[in-house]
Order: sequence, then C-alpha cells, then structure tokens
Amino acid sequence: MSPDMTAPGMTGTATAPVLELRDVTKTYPSTPPVTALRGVSLTVRQGELVAIVGPSGSGKTTLLHLMGTLDRPTTGRVLLTGLDASAMTDRQVARLRATRIGFVFQQFFLAEHATVLDNVADGLLYAGTPYRQRRELAAEALSSVGLGERLHARPTQLSGGQRQRVAIARALIGRPAIVLADEPTGNLDHATGQSILALLHALHDRGTTILVITHDREIAAHLPRQVDMLDGRIVADTAKPDTVSPAAAASPATAVSPAAAASPATAVSPAAAASPATAASPATAARRG
Amino acid sequence: MTGLIAPVVRRLRPSDLGRVASVGVRTRKVRAALSALGIAIGVAALVAVLGLSSSSQAGLLAQIDRLGTNLLTVTTGKTMFGDTAELPKQAPSMISRIGPVTQVQQTGVTTAKAYRSPLIPAINSNGLSVQAASLDLPRAAGTSLAQGRYLNAATAREPVAVLGAAAAERLGIGRIRVGQRIWVGGQWFYVTGILRPGVLAPEIDTAVLVGFPAAERYLGFGGYPSTIYVRADTSQVDAVHGVLGATANPQAPSEVNVSKPSDALVARAAAQSAFNSLFLGLGAVALLVGAIGVANTMVISVLERRPEIGLRRALGATRGHIRIQFLAEAILLAVLGGAAGVAAGVAATAIYATTKDWSIVIPTVAWAGGFAATILIGAVAGLIPALRAARMPPTQALWSL
Repeated sequence: MSPDMTAPGMTGTATAPVLELRDVTKTYPSTPPVTALRGVSLTVRQGELVAIVGPSGSGKTTLLHLMGTLDRPTTGRVLLTGLDASAMTDRQVARLRATRIGFVFQQFFLAEHATVLDNVADGLLYAGTPYRQRRELAAEALSSVGLGERLHARPTQLSGGQRQRVAIARALIGRPAIVLADEPTGNLDHATGQSILALLHALHDRGTTILVITHDREIAAHLPRQVDMLDGRIVADTAKPDTVSPAAAASPATAVSPAAAASPATAVSPAAAASPATAASPATAARRG
Repeated sequence: MTGLIAPVVRRLRPSDLGRVASVGVRTRKVRAALSALGIAIGVAALVAVLGLSSSSQAGLLAQIDRLGTNLLTVTTGKTMFGDTAELPKQAPSMISRIGPVTQVQQTGVTTAKAYRSPLIPAINSNGLSVQAASLDLPRAAGTSLAQGRYLNAATAREPVAVLGAAAAERLGIGRIRVGQRIWVGGQWFYVTGILRPGVLAPEIDTAVLVGFPAAERYLGFGGYPSTIYVRADTSQVDAVHGVLGATANPQAPSEVNVSKPSDALVARAAAQSAFNSLFLGLGAVALLVGAIGVANTMVISVLERRPEIGLRRALGATRGHIRIQFLAEAILLAVLGGAAGVAAGVAATAIYATTKDWSIVIPTVAWAGGFAATILIGAVAGLIPALRAARMPPTQALWSL
C-alpha cells in the first residue's frame, strides 16, 4: 500500500501506516453545498500520537467522521490498516469499527444504568466476543487506565476524569489499530484534562496509536505531532512533508515523544507529568477534579 | 500488504441481544410498565373471556354428567292432522318392559290452573301448568326436593300438590308451612313440598304436581301421560332411543317425540360461547390501544437514545444490529405485557370458576394465542421505530446533542 514500506522504523513494527487519507474531499449536499474538506492527505503510522488542531469550522470533526468510517468521503480514499473503507459496504465498515477503531468522545457516552465494567465490556459487543471474555478484558483495560478498583461502580458515582478514563478503557478493550479521541478533555477542568493527556501519553508509550482532535493549541502543543487545519485543508504538519519521509515518520513517534510528554506537563502539573505510569496519577487527578 | 479483506459481520449472540433489548426496560421501568399495561389489559380480557366461557361450559357439562346422560323423554307429538296426539295409558308399563330401561316415570298435563287463592283473577295463571305426576318422578327427572315431602301412595289420592321451583316462586311460596294451600282447579290443595330446579327437565319447574288418582278425581284428568321420563343403562341409551317411539305408541309411532335432554344442553353450552364475541371485541380493541402505546414508547425511546445509537454504531454495530435491538425491545415490552395479561386472565378465571365450583379450564388457544399475538403486536409496533433507528446516520446520532 504505502510507497515507503522500506522506511526503517525504530522498533521494526512502528512504521506500518495505520490510517491513510488520500486527497479526501467532503461536500455536504445542502443548499448551497458546504465543502468541509478540500483535498486532505494524511498518513498516521503505528505508534504515533497525533493532534489534529484547528478552530471551529476548520473541518476537523468532518475529518474525524471520515477517519472513523462514520461517514464517507465525497472523493478520495480512506484506508485503515491498508483496507479501503471507501470501497466497503455498511456492514463491512461496521466490522472495521468493531475491531480496528476505538472512539473517545467529549461527552463520554457512558450508559448510566450499567456498571463501569459492563460499559467497557460493551466495547467488544459487536466484535462477537463472548460475554465472560468481554468482562475479563474489560477488567484488564480498566486497570490499565487506573480504575481497577472501581469495576462495579456506576458512571454517575465517578468524577468527570474517571468517566473519561472509563471511555478510554472502552476504546482500548479491543486493542484497536487506532484510537480516535474527539476533544477528550473538552468537558473536563484543566487539571483533570492534563491527567487524561498524561494517560494518553502513557498509552502511547506502550505502543497505542492515538489521534486526538482538539481546538486547544495548548493541548496540541503537548503532543509529538501536530496537524493544523484551517478551512478544510491541512495548513501545517510537524511531520511534513505530507508524504512522510522515513526520518520524519520515525522521529516524532520515537525521539520527540518522551521529551514532549515530559516537558510541557512539568510546566503545567508536575504531579501528573512526573508519573506517566497511570496508576498513581488518576487518583490524585480525580480528587482534584 | 493484505489487500482488501472483507471483514466478516457477526450476528449478536442471543444472550447479547437479550442484554441490549432489555436496556430500555431496565433503565425506564415505569414507562415500560405503563406501555406494557395496555397490552396486559387486552390479553387479560381475551384470556379471561375465553377461560370463563370454557370453564362455565365445563361446569355445565360436569353438571350434566352428574345428573346423568341416560335420561330420555317421550312426549306427545302431533297427529297427521295437526292435533295434539295422546300417549296410550299403557305406554309407561310397555316401556318398562324394554330390557335396559331402569326407571320409567310420567307426568300428564291437566286442564286445571293453579292460583294462590280463589280471589286471583282466572287470567293470572302465571304460566303454570298443573300436572299429574308419578311417585318417583324427581329422581328420574334429575331433581330432588328442596323442602317438604314429595307425593306418596297416600297423598297421591288426596288434594295435595308439590311445586316446581319456578312455580313456588311465582305463587309466592318460599317455604312449606303446615296448612299451606293453593287454589287448584276450583278447590284447595295442600302444598307438601317444593322441588329444586331441574336442569334436565326444566318443564317440571313451572308445574304444580299432583298425584294421578287425585288429578282424575278432583281435576277431571283423563289419565293419559303427556311426558314419560325414561332412564336406561348408559351404554344402551341409543338402542333404547331407537325403539322407544314404537314401544310407547305401537299404533302410531310417528306421533311420539323422543328426545335426550342432555344432548340439547350440550348443544346449548356450545352455543353460549357465541355470546362472548362482544367481550372478545373489547379485548381486541384494548390490544390495539396497547400496541399503539408500545409503538409510541418506542418512537420516543429512539429519539431520546440517539447518542446511544450513535455510540453503538461507533462501537461497530451495523444497521441490522440497531434494528434488531429496537425490534427486540418492542417485542420484549409486548411480551412482558402479554405475560402479565395471561397471568391476570388466568387468575380472574380461576377465582370466578372457584366461586362457581366449576373446574378451571383455560383453552390453549387463549393463552398461547394471546401470547403469540403479543409477539406479533410487538414486532409490528416496533418495526417503524426500529427502522428509523437503523436509518439514523451515526454522525447525526452522535453529534446531535
């Protein structure tokens, strides 16, 4: 698929493209037609932590819809782990979402009547995993986001930061190829938001590919790679040029990441940044939030 | 590169379908209960109507069985000129010679009328007949004495009367007192007994019974029997039925009517259920209203749960997954209502049947049909909301807040 398969990766598995957009446009058929994306090309490689940043109306939400296969491009192609989603039927893209994409939303979207464990287990409902196994994996995912002690709590008993951790666990449970986070800190106060970002960094350090959509430049600045959008186009990409060179692709994901994770976090919240190992920080963050 | 692998779409496991279908019911219990209530009322009405009519039929049949299905009655028919024929006086004794016949009793209609007192105008005869009756009539006709004594060999010769149940009521005689008398055929008759209602021989209920000798002596009765009550071996009833006419009146067998009252009652019991169609109709209307209630609940539910629908699509649900979830939820609502309705209908039937001493009969068609109907109703009521939920684009569902 990718023309630069020869690119040397830092660990040998880190360079496979997970998500590719090729000259994607999206026009909504209203009167007058609204063009939200005007020829966007973007490649996200395995193990990357990317911020898509832009003001309202820049097309970043539309971009999220297309990357998440929740909507289809007007022209151009969207490839996930090498599979061309634009050529698939509705059932096939649903299967793609069930197995290869994890979503994290600003509003969390947790079911209030169900326990935290069941909420997370629902992340594998449509992948066909048996109930018992889903719950086992959910318990694992929850302990990996620092909520291993609150498996049987209801979302209403949790703080906002904890709820977002539950949502992140739900996105992670199926070990998706990529996690798409839409303004993951948008409903949280600043300190709690920082702890969520620290969690994303920690997950990234363990090899999870994460793409964060945000309007907040400060948040984006903490992330290894930033893609700036304006008026339906990518106007800047720290991993430029867009057809990624091997060096550029490797560097943000590997060399830059630890530094970027450590330095801004230190400036803002030393406690959260000092321990990227998530188990310790969420508790303090939750108490503060 | 792996190229284009078409991912396999999985169906929800039945247990998972049960889980997602019960989300609405579990989270909004009051609303679910209220919308299921309409269905419950409809099903309860249907089950109770069918159950009660079957139980009452069963009760009637059981009563007929108790009274015996071996009673045959011989009555006077018409001559070929249309006059009322007469049975020969010897008919009872000839009938009693038929082998399987165990009892023969007879009544004869007199021309006399019975009144409470001589002051009552002659026209107010209350539709009562005065009949001569043989001495063991109540047992053969399937009734018995409610009060007092029946005629015996002595009182049959005297101006003494026994009243049928309806006759006693119409004459205003509630209980037997010493010296109680009525005005029959121009003279006083003493009342010695009142019969219970006769299910197999309702004609006796409206009769004032006197002895044959007394009827001949005081009321100018000719002594011809008009109805002969015959009991035969149960296994031989049909054979006896066949020869009864010719035996009762060998000269003119065609002027004799032979009937089996229990058959008529069975037919009447069956015909009673036709009267239930009104209640069945009301039950069907309640079901329809219940179905509309379920549909309404589901439409609102789909609107309210757009974020949930969007989330499920994001988690990998196909349109089919969403459709089946809401369809199953509607069916679940209807079935919950249906189960409650069947239980209520059965309970109502059981309580009423117990007070009436009937056996409790719930026809399979009532409870199984009621249940099947609710599944169908749920599916129909949930169809449009489920289609709307499935058609909703995931982006619109998720970002509609």
